[in-house]
Amino acid sequence: MIAMVRHARYVLSENPVTGLSFALFALFLFAAIFGPAIAPYNPLQSDAANALQAPSAAHWFGTDQLGRDIFSRVLVATRLDLTIAFSSVILAFMLGALSGVAAGYFGGWTDRIVGRLADTIMAFPLFVLAMGIVAALGNKVINIVLATAIINFPLYVRVARAEANVRRDAGFVEAARLSGNGEARVLLGHVLPNIMPIMMVQMSLTMGYAILNAAGLSFIGLGVKPPDAEWGIMVAEGANFIQSGEWWIALFPGATLMLAVFCFNLLGDGLRDIIDPRQRT
Amino acid sequence: MKRRTFFKTTVAASAAATAAPAIWSEAKAQARNETLLIVTESPPNSQDIHGVGANRPAYEVSWNTHDRLMTYGVKKDANGNDHYDYTKLEPELATEWDLKPNSVTFKLRRDAKFHDGTPITAKDVKWSFDRAVTVGGFPTFQMAAGSLQKPEQFVAVDDHTFRVDFLRADKLTMPDIGVPVPVVMNSELCKKNATEKDPWAMEWCKNNHASGGAYKVEKWQPSQEVVFVRNDDWKNGPLPKVRRVIQRIIPSAGNRRALLERGDADLSFDLPSKDFAELKKSPKLTVVGTPIENAMMYVGMNVATKPFDNEKLRQAVAWAIPYQQIMDTVMFGQAIPLFGGADNKSKGSVWPQKDGYSTDLDKAKTLMAEAGYSNGLETTLSFDLGAASTNEPLAILVQENLAKIGIKTTINKVPGANWRAELLKKSMPMIINAFGGWLNYPEYFFYWCYHGQNAVFNTMSYKNPKMDALIDKARFTTGPEYDAAVKGFVDMAFEEVPRVPVFQPLLNVAMQKNVTGYRYWFHRQLDYRQLVKG
Amino acid sequence: MLKLLLSRLATAVPSVVGVLIVTFMLTRLLPGDPAAYFAGLAASPQAIAEVRTKLGLDKSLPEQFVAYIVDLAHGNLGNSLSTGQPVAAEIVNRLPASAELTLVALFVAVAIAIPLGVLAAVKQGTWIDHLCRVVTTAGVSLPVFFTGLLLAYVFYYLLQIAPAPTGRLDVFISAPPDITGFYLVDSLLTGNAETFWSALKQLALPAISMAIFSLAPLARMTRGSMLAVLGSDFVRTARASGLSSRTVIFTYAFRNAVLPVITTLGMVFSFLLGANVLVETVFAWPGIGLYAVNALITSDYAPVQGFVLTMAVLYVVLNLIIDLLYGLVDPRVRLDA
Repeated sequence: MIAMVRHARYVLSENPVTGLSFALFALFLFAAIFGPAIAPYNPLQSDAANALQAPSAAHWFGTDQLGRDIFSRVLVATRLDLTIAFSSVILAFMLGALSGVAAGYFGGWTDRIVGRLADTIMAFPLFVLAMGIVAALGNKVINIVLATAIINFPLYVRVARAEANVRRDAGFVEAARLSGNGEARVLLGHVLPNIMPIMMVQMSLTMGYAILNAAGLSFIGLGVKPPDAEWGIMVAEGANFIQSGEWWIALFPGATLMLAVFCFNLLGDGLRDIIDPRQRT
Repeated sequence: MKRRTFFKTTVAASAAATAAPAIWSEAKAQARNETLLIVTESPPNSQDIHGVGANRPAYEVSWNTHDRLMTYGVKKDANGNDHYDYTKLEPELATEWDLKPNSVTFKLRRDAKFHDGTPITAKDVKWSFDRAVTVGGFPTFQMAAGSLQKPEQFVAVDDHTFRVDFLRADKLTMPDIGVPVPVVMNSELCKKNATEKDPWAMEWCKNNHASGGAYKVEKWQPSQEVVFVRNDDWKNGPLPKVRRVIQRIIPSAGNRRALLERGDADLSFDLPSKDFAELKKSPKLTVVGTPIENAMMYVGMNVATKPFDNEKLRQAVAWAIPYQQIMDTVMFGQAIPLFGGADNKSKGSVWPQKDGYSTDLDKAKTLMAEAGYSNGLETTLSFDLGAASTNEPLAILVQENLAKIGIKTTINKVPGANWRAELLKKSMPMIINAFGGWLNYPEYFFYWCYHGQNAVFNTMSYKNPKMDALIDKARFTTGPEYDAAVKGFVDMAFEEVPRVPVFQPLLNVAMQKNVTGYRYWFHRQLDYRQLVKG
Repeated sequence: MLKLLLSRLATAVPSVVGVLIVTFMLTRLLPGDPAAYFAGLAASPQAIAEVRTKLGLDKSLPEQFVAYIVDLAHGNLGNSLSTGQPVAAEIVNRLPASAELTLVALFVAVAIAIPLGVLAAVKQGTWIDHLCRVVTTAGVSLPVFFTGLLLAYVFYYLLQIAPAPTGRLDVFISAPPDITGFYLVDSLLTGNAETFWSALKQLALPAISMAIFSLAPLARMTRGSMLAVLGSDFVRTARASGLSSRTVIFTYAFRNAVLPVITTLGMVFSFLLGANVLVETVFAWPGIGLYAVNALITSDYAPVQGFVLTMAVLYVVLNLIIDLLYGLVDPRVRLDA
């Protein structure tokens, strides 16, 4: 553990960018938790007299067509966007890690079925599949989560399967088995915890992609219902106004979205350096 | 503009150095001068107005490539712009007609030819009219609106004489022969492309036109562009001035506007209100906004089921809608208000007209209590995603105000192709929708939207025998009796308010200064035949 | 070689079967009733029921699936509701537009990412390395639809350098004769410089938006694999035998490092095909992505089905090609994977 901390400190000092990403992450987390409480305006309240105002001291990011404060909307949207991303990543992890570990551990039919399933999903360009799923299951946030989880599922399966396969005959697994544990118990109680760190890295790497995916879906009109604030849909709303000069409507949500994804991508890299120094690229 | 001039000068300067650029820009410049480039949002899905599911852009293709027996005259509207005149029917393929109580006889132009060179005869007209009343769906419905229902009504007397026998005296029969549906098609050409299963050549006509109209389709790339060229042998009206028309599909309104402002496109049709409001100030462009006749944007409530079977509740909604805010932030002032009149009484035989509602939340709350909903209620508010740029902000504003009187709404965006199916089901409790009737008569609008025949456009499932009696009376009477009937049904519509009128929309068009001759048509599509460039 | 091809094809078959089932299920779940749409305005419930029978939508799901497969075997993907055209024909028409855009984007990405990756590896740990990492990560963090909007705004609207985002060619330039469907290639084949130039200008912004997005995986893989190769024995030997570092890097190290990069291409392609949908929406690009988005918004199920299927088949085929390419570049690779 101490070695780990020391290593983390070393990585951070060697790579200041990772430190920056941790700070950014804290900021987004803060916005997600306290955003609605600290937003200067009600993000849903229209104000006809102040529609389409450029950024100013009163409205840092300006206002949209209905006079809603964009800064407040961007801030409040953090929770929705991160929730979608977090839940889809966790769902993908649960489905993917479990079936992947089982596939790698048991091999045989389990492996074949899980492998086919993952292959079929991977045979689609992922965003396209996500589009299809949300369109088919209905325009709801929960379906964005589901679609994003499904397209990330094969990534988790692959990693979990490979790692479990390696550990199948490892000493600690043998020991657990010999001391009378059933297969399920060995799998869940010993193999799974052992590959957690690697799965964590995988999760932070896919977070960024999950956010992008969710925003992309709502950009083309799938998922989030008005009047809820969400970064992707805000960019889509603003797209109609860019060419008449109201650039702020799309710019701020878009930039925030980019920053969030950027942060998670850097974070994922950083975590990988800390947890798994061998894989450093 | 700047970029274009810059481009031209650099091309000229470099012409000496390289031969090629000079040649290509000349060709380009010439093509540019003789061509009218129209940018528009949605693509046509057919060249056949009788086709199943033919959309509005398809009507435009059909209108410009086909002839009808008659067309409408022209007048100046209040702003001095050309406006079709629904009181004046004028010759197109027919040079004259003889209207009798039980029939009308048309004399056809003798030198008119189809695009393939075959002469246009009365048997083509009969075949086409038979087709319209037989194939079902929209064309058959539209024909029936003018009591044109059976093939036996249509008689080819000789090659150049065509007679329509009336089923009943209907004042909409003659106007209905001038709408886009009764087009004249080349019957021989169609029959050649018909099959046993498809005797009316519906399949073939989707991507081909068998007609003799002022324009021909030269290139048909649905969802990208359609190129029209003038039919130089056209005899059924003055030869159009524009030789080529390119209709290019540009889905994003922002891009359409930019193309126009930069001088890259000549005309943009169906502009969003915001662009219209702003482009009005541009010295480089001409913009024309015409109130769409017999049309309104409304909030409709389903009166057949709870909770909106309650009249007081509907009135509460009517008092809660943020009308002025919608006018300002959604429409940017570019619409005709249909609210805030003195009272809920008809002001004459015109439609649409202002009702007496305005935004008064206190009144709305009182009515909520009287309706027995003082604890509020929950419902959904649906709209067509296809017109989201207006519908969505409008829905959000309505949602916000309804919340203030205790009506909690969830917004339901319905994908375009589903919208009609959903309307047909008549199960949506509350909707935002627009309707416009082609023929500019109040009773025509009411026949579709308020009559107990419960057509798809009666989105509220409103059924009231008294209302039906008044509408039917107005359809077949004239004079004071007619006016009384109209006043009767308008008053009733305002009082019982199954649909809350919000505004009358405008049809907005912007064009370069060198484009003139734009005319407003009831079918709300562009007629290329009157346009002039240069 | 043929054996390799056949066995690879055999492994692709289950994927394709899975794809068929998934696409079928997806579109049957799509909300909306094509029967109501086709029955037209003001249709009676009986009329809708008749249309439903005609379209075969009243049959059981397995029966419909069989009908779907039979149709597919005849190259029939159904008709689009909103454009009224056969889906198969439209996809064939539009595919070259998407393919050209994707390939140009890929080319741009490779041309930037590989040198960047090599540079980062050679200068490992320096500020150049960090900068490369930040730049590529920033690139992959940019939502393509946002990049596209931003580029169009800056280069078309503000700076007026780029042409209007209205499709594949300037409006007044006619398309080259259809040989390959790729405007760049066709215009060159017919010697039409004007069309070529116009097509290139229209391609620039959408291709760059997509390329930026795919820099990161390529650059990272190049860097990683370069590092591995640079640390290997044979490179050390080469260095020790006095070869210039230039020769070592480009002749020895790079040639060996390029193999893993090829495998990454498959993933990058999946990325790009997905990004296509969004970029085409922003730039009004007449490809199959825009077609699918429009169909999706109107709940027009046949094009959605056709699109998803085409994309998946395309992707399977591409992976096949990459596998084969890999085998060609590195004869050591056998089919044991």
